Amino acid sequence: MQLYGVRKAAIATQRFGGNKEMERTMTLSLRDSVDLVSDPKNLDSTVEEVFHLMLGVNCQRYEGPVEIAEPESVTAVVGFGGLLSGACLFRSGGSAAIKIAAHMTGMEFDEIDDTVKDGIGEICNMLAGAWKGKVPDLAANCGLSVPAVITGRDYNLHVQAPEFKLHHVYHFDDASFEVTIICDGLQ
Amino acid sequence: MSEVRTLIVDDSSVMRKIVERSLRQAGLDPLIVFEAGSGVDGLELLKTQKVDLILSDINMPSMDGLEFLRQLRAQDLAPGVPVVMITTESSEEHVKQAIMAGAQGYIRKPFTAEQVKERVLPLINAA
Repeated sequence: MQLYGVRKAAIATQRFGGNKEMERTMTLSLRDSVDLVSDPKNLDSTVEEVFHLMLGVNCQRYEGPVEIAEPESVTAVVGFGGLLSGACLFRSGGSAAIKIAAHMTGMEFDEIDDTVKDGIGEICNMLAGAWKGKVPDLAANCGLSVPAVITGRDYNLHVQAPEFKLHHVYHFDDASFEVTIICDGLQ
Repeated sequence: MSEVRTLIVDDSSVMRKIVERSLRQAGLDPLIVFEAGSGVDGLELLKTQKVDLILSDINMPSMDGLEFLRQLRAQDLAPGVPVVMITTESSEEHVKQAIMAGAQGYIRKPFTAEQVKERVLPLINAA
């Protein structure tokens, strides 16, 4: 339900922000460049760039199995609409979310309050924007929704049969987080 | 440098703080910051406060940054005040839309304090 709402908002943003020229470019197709769009290196360089510039930390991709051991986790979702429809998801445990927000703001947090959620939503927004910016046709013809942030315990996210999905785990210091790109439609 | 009165429009309070910190790191001091969480709030604030610089996000709920900019110009609320858009959108099309709506500058998120300095200081010095 959350994903549907986000995607709808992204499509609305795309329509609102569009003009005649942009509508004409919508006849473009990304089908021939699916390998470029789904290149995992784009996601790695995006995460490294965003975390280096906004938090001043160096992130590294972790290839081993990871489980978020904490009961409470934070998930942010930014929807894509336009040539590509889908979503960018960020997910981490509560302590990693607090650490990321602390790096962003220079403040200290004891719990996942509104500022932490806001910071994680913005991180997801920047990841989504910077990722789509790696492919010029996608940068110009794919809109972003405003971020939605979900917190809670023992929940799972399910997406049915996406066109492609990138799911990577990264860490800095002792904090780890997951970034997922889900594409469920490519024009 | 004389006092720089700056309006930061962003639905994210964290981003407003980061932008403010970047402006201070860029050497804008003394700096007086007004914050607005939406384009509507930004327009309302400009009816009572004079500012020297406006920085606005684009992708915001209810009234986005481009509409805020159009309304700002249409209502003549901050004549001659430079506006810099800060956004995750970075395509030429988006930059063109922002410039056509009346923006003088454009900063892509994520950004560094150095980038903020490069984009903002010339506008302040020219004003």
